[in-house]
Amino acid sequence: MKQYVIKRILTAIPLIIVISFVCFVFINLIPSNPAEVALRVRQVPIITEEAIAEVEAELGLDKPYFIRYITWLFDCLHGDFGISYVNPSRTVAGELARCLPATLQLAGASLVMVILLSIPIGFLCAVYKDGIFDKVMRGLVFITTAMPPYWVGLLLMWLVAIKLDLLPTSGNGSWQHLILPAFTVSLSYISTYIRLIRNNMLENMKQDYVLYANVRGLPQKQILIKHILKNSMHTCIVAIGMSIPQLISGTIVVENVFAWPGLGTLCISSIFNRDYPVIQTYVLLIGVLFVVFNLLFDILQTISDPRMRKEGM
Amino acid sequence: MFRRFIKNKTAVGTVALVLIIAILGILAPVIAPNDPYKTDIINKFASFSWQYPFGTDNLGRCILSRMLYGIRPTLGLAVLTMLGTIGLGALMGLLAGYFRGIIEEVIMRVVDVMLSFPSQVMVFAVVALLGINVQNVILANVFIKWAWYARMIRTGVMQYRERNFIQFSRCVGTPERFILIRHLIPSIAADLAVLSSLDVGWAIINISTLSFLGLGVQAPTPEWGAMLNEAKNVLTSNPTQMIIPGIAIVILVSAFNLMGDALRDVLDPKEVAE
Repeated sequence: MKQYVIKRILTAIPLIIVISFVCFVFINLIPSNPAEVALRVRQVPIITEEAIAEVEAELGLDKPYFIRYITWLFDCLHGDFGISYVNPSRTVAGELARCLPATLQLAGASLVMVILLSIPIGFLCAVYKDGIFDKVMRGLVFITTAMPPYWVGLLLMWLVAIKLDLLPTSGNGSWQHLILPAFTVSLSYISTYIRLIRNNMLENMKQDYVLYANVRGLPQKQILIKHILKNSMHTCIVAIGMSIPQLISGTIVVENVFAWPGLGTLCISSIFNRDYPVIQTYVLLIGVLFVVFNLLFDILQTISDPRMRKEGM
Repeated sequence: MFRRFIKNKTAVGTVALVLIIAILGILAPVIAPNDPYKTDIINKFASFSWQYPFGTDNLGRCILSRMLYGIRPTLGLAVLTMLGTIGLGALMGLLAGYFRGIIEEVIMRVVDVMLSFPSQVMVFAVVALLGINVQNVILANVFIKWAWYARMIRTGVMQYRERNFIQFSRCVGTPERFILIRHLIPSIAADLAVLSSLDVGWAIINISTLSFLGLGVQAPTPEWGAMLNEAKNVLTSNPTQMIIPGIAIVILVSAFNLMGDALRDVLDPKEVAE
């Protein structure tokens, strides 16, 4: 068991290094000179050779490629992601730290909604398979997969916030502000997991252990909840866990619709302002989160599932 | 196969719907009632009428005409993206699956790295790097999606290359190129058709999202996502402006999703029999 965990962690390290390298190369692929971009963004009226050289020295752009990567990597490990091109008085780490709480709040609320809504609905759909509830839900699931999230956001904003005047339209501050954006983010995941839980449960219902439980004369309720749901939840929890980084990155669009002051809004405004260090760090952050969460839930699954444990060893 | 296609109502229906939408897009200059760029400030936010069947937007432009003209960028860019993705993915997958050895090793490691990156963030990163432009949106989408196809096609090739009919073909001295084009590609074409029609829906949503954020097709061009971006600004005063482009996207994407499922039934009769 221990061996397996160590092996998994060791395979994740090269992946993180590759991701960091790609992020680094990325910013250096920009067709224009970053120093020049920085000058232009700071609205320096006349860009001279000396000014460029000065900024290059300031940003450390005059050193060889590989050395720059190594220094950059070590700086990153110390939490120093460089300075923003747009606003040299601010560090990238500071900018991200400023926006991260709002995004985590939104992603957290979405995660809670996904779990609270998809599991009971998926359960009911499987129990009353082909009933009216199941059919309606299947229709809704189908429609929501075809709906672009930003349009869902606009519809909700119009219907709930403007027409019915129940919740605020945009911005953040109180828990009421959180409901609409969180629901918009979670909607596509909810429909995915309803389908996943429903299909898992239907699959499990055909298994021998259910037949055996029935033969033993256990009450239906107990079989459904204690046996079938518990066994179906397994893969779902792992899938939901692995989708947490996706949830965090999925807030980009929704944050922009609801003017939520998080990482997504920062990312889009950085793209418009060509603030490359911010974009680079954002991509690096999400990439590392992906690897870490995949690793974490992969290990968790192996520990919690006895069948996998044997294979893992 | 054609007979199975005709019998499958969903397949016929969705293919017909997509074709009709595509033809409407091609014929937009002929059938559109008004010029999609012509502003008519006096008639802004007009309701449904004979002159403007779907009303007018915040600048008094005919929404129906803009919708019709919008088919070209919306559907066209998505199809172009998928062609690029399949082309690149198929090339890499065939190379990896067919030639094996060092080529395969290199390609598959690159694929692994590509798949471990969060795709949505990568699109934004690529657009940020290359600049805000329509070609770059297509490039970004191809860039994040090709690895899926490369992996799928490689798996398909690996499955078939040891099959008897290909072994036999090789025994009788058929040139490798012939095996590749006449045996391998038709064998994996079915899977490819299913997956790609599902992914056209994905591409439509993705491209329209970028346009909505202002990173894709730019404002005066009537793309459905860009139209929704304009509608967002007048959400309080004229909410109906966002309804029609949104519904159109949902219909088009649903059509492609249903088409993917139906094509699976048509192209893979084994699964249906099971």
